[in-house]
Amino acid sequence: MTLLSLRQVHKNFGETAIIRGVDLNIEAGERHAIIGPNGAGKSTLFHLISGLHHVSSGEIRFKGEEIQDKPPYEISRLGMARSFQVTNIFARLNVFENIRCALLWPEGLRYSFWHLLGRQDPLNEKTLAVLEQIGLADKMHYPAGELAYAQQRALELGIAIASGAEMILLDEPVAGMSHSEAEQAVDLIRRVTQDKTLIMVEHDMNIVFEVADRISVLVYGEIIASDTPAAIRANPKVQEAYLGEVVSGA
Amino acid sequence: MIQRVAIWLSYLGALLLLPLFFDSVLAISIFNQMAIAIVFALSYNMLLGQGGMLSFGHAVYFGLGGFLAVHALVMIEFETVYFSVVLIPLVGGLIGLLAAVFIGSFSTHKAGTVFAMISLGIGELIAASSLIFVGFFGGEAGVSGDRTYGPPFFGIEFLRDVEVYYLAAFWVFLATLFMYLFTQTPAGRMANAVRDNPERAEFIGYSARRVRYISFCAAGFFAGVAGGLFALNYEFITEENLNAATSGRVLLMAYIGGLGYFIGPIIGAVILTLMNSLLSNFTDLWMLYLGILFVLTVLFLPRGFAGFIMMHQVAWIRGKLTTLAIPYLLTGIPAGVFAAAVIAMVEMSHSESDAFNFLGLSLDPGGALSWLLMLVLASASLFATRSSLPQLRAAWEGANSLPGDETE
Repeated sequence: MTLLSLRQVHKNFGETAIIRGVDLNIEAGERHAIIGPNGAGKSTLFHLISGLHHVSSGEIRFKGEEIQDKPPYEISRLGMARSFQVTNIFARLNVFENIRCALLWPEGLRYSFWHLLGRQDPLNEKTLAVLEQIGLADKMHYPAGELAYAQQRALELGIAIASGAEMILLDEPVAGMSHSEAEQAVDLIRRVTQDKTLIMVEHDMNIVFEVADRISVLVYGEIIASDTPAAIRANPKVQEAYLGEVVSGA
Repeated sequence: MIQRVAIWLSYLGALLLLPLFFDSVLAISIFNQMAIAIVFALSYNMLLGQGGMLSFGHAVYFGLGGFLAVHALVMIEFETVYFSVVLIPLVGGLIGLLAAVFIGSFSTHKAGTVFAMISLGIGELIAASSLIFVGFFGGEAGVSGDRTYGPPFFGIEFLRDVEVYYLAAFWVFLATLFMYLFTQTPAGRMANAVRDNPERAEFIGYSARRVRYISFCAAGFFAGVAGGLFALNYEFITEENLNAATSGRVLLMAYIGGLGYFIGPIIGAVILTLMNSLLSNFTDLWMLYLGILFVLTVLFLPRGFAGFIMMHQVAWIRGKLTTLAIPYLLTGIPAGVFAAAVIAMVEMSHSESDAFNFLGLSLDPGGALSWLLMLVLASASLFATRSSLPQLRAAWEGANSLPGDETE
């Protein structure tokens, strides 16, 4: 079943065309990585899918519903969650509250001002479960802004996965991490995204080949190849555009 | 949980017992002002502290609530409507809410500068209208009513200030409780989340605008309640109560008290009311001192008085709070002397009369001796204060550190 499909998606910022006619289908349960050189438009593509930016033309469907004109919160409510390349958490709230906020809408509490959070047992139990999962249970009373970088990245991921969304978009989840931190993070990503559909933008090719079962290569706003990791590695066009130098350099 | 109930019970107890210990006319009138200020400042903090919305026009909701409340008093007097004046704060609240529902529908679109500028514009607009629509706002004289004409509430006719105080105390307690409970709801917590990061809030299912709007309406409601209390207490209201000066004063209260803490605005409301009503008896310059207090708070206590108190939590938990007493005195006494000397010079340069009495000293603005004395005193105490800072810093670090513990 196709969960997400992009049809002839274009995005211009003023005169500059950033995304130039992207077609992409993501099947339910797939782990899809988007790679490409700097400035290829990977993050922009994520912003279009998640509703932060809107397409100049083209169509994006999620679960069969057109979402290209919807604001982020409506797309989120349909079951799509995302993380950010630059850590994007609620800095003054503590770690527990960060995760609990991400669970409020999925738990049906919406904009309520007549429910007391302290009395929502299922909500609070689920929050603790997510904290255990991302390994931050012992830090739950710390203000999120005071966590170490790798912990903030784990929290960033936690906010994205807490809602139990079917589709998760991760924008460079291990950017800026040391090698050992990145390994732990990949472990975590694998565990928490089991049975989910995952799209990931990542620079580290080892991680991409480790996690993804399909890879799309985005170059100057166009997808030049979309295939299995093995086929992508062997694709001469990809090697020329991007991969060759990275692989030989690594 | 038990601790929390204890705090609320002591709050209630303090509200109930205060007039028994201070029963002068002046004290009761100050308590009534405090009650009004507490509700108003707490409602302001729903915007700025909790929701990250810097408003320069919060007096609009206070004032509109107050004006309608006075009109309601008049209607009760002329028996156009029939209900107890006990409910007047609720009338004010509903009007505040109504105004916020309308104004918030476009002003909460963005936080930051856009929101601040709209709040300023609306504030000016309403203040200007109040001088134009004389029929409703009463022009510069304002409008007045009489709270004693309504049907008696269990025999109470609110002829005495203390009766008004207990009515106000009832509403203050209720309003404080509900504003606190609001912070514990999904809408209240998401207000904090949107304050911290509106972009991310949208990716967990919430429209930042809607979250702000809800807080804004709640803040408008409680500001209106405060306006209703004002109407009950003073029985008149003028344009001054919805203009920028009033909006500025509530900002000062919340800021000086501490925006980051629920209790902060209460502290700020108490401090400012005391300064307003007591200090103004001694000096015409009290506004100047208030301004200096504000600047000093911004510079040295960015988290307000509540933040200053909360800074001592670690030392308190570690049982080292008492080790700070002597160091505080060593710095506090010369700092106090410095402040007194500076104030003496300010008062001397302001004074038009010959000699006046200041803290037991006879000061003569025309005499060189008084000036010289104060100058020497100020320089010496400033020097002493500065020299005492290292010991204070050392004591502070000693009280907060635990060997082998680096996390806190």
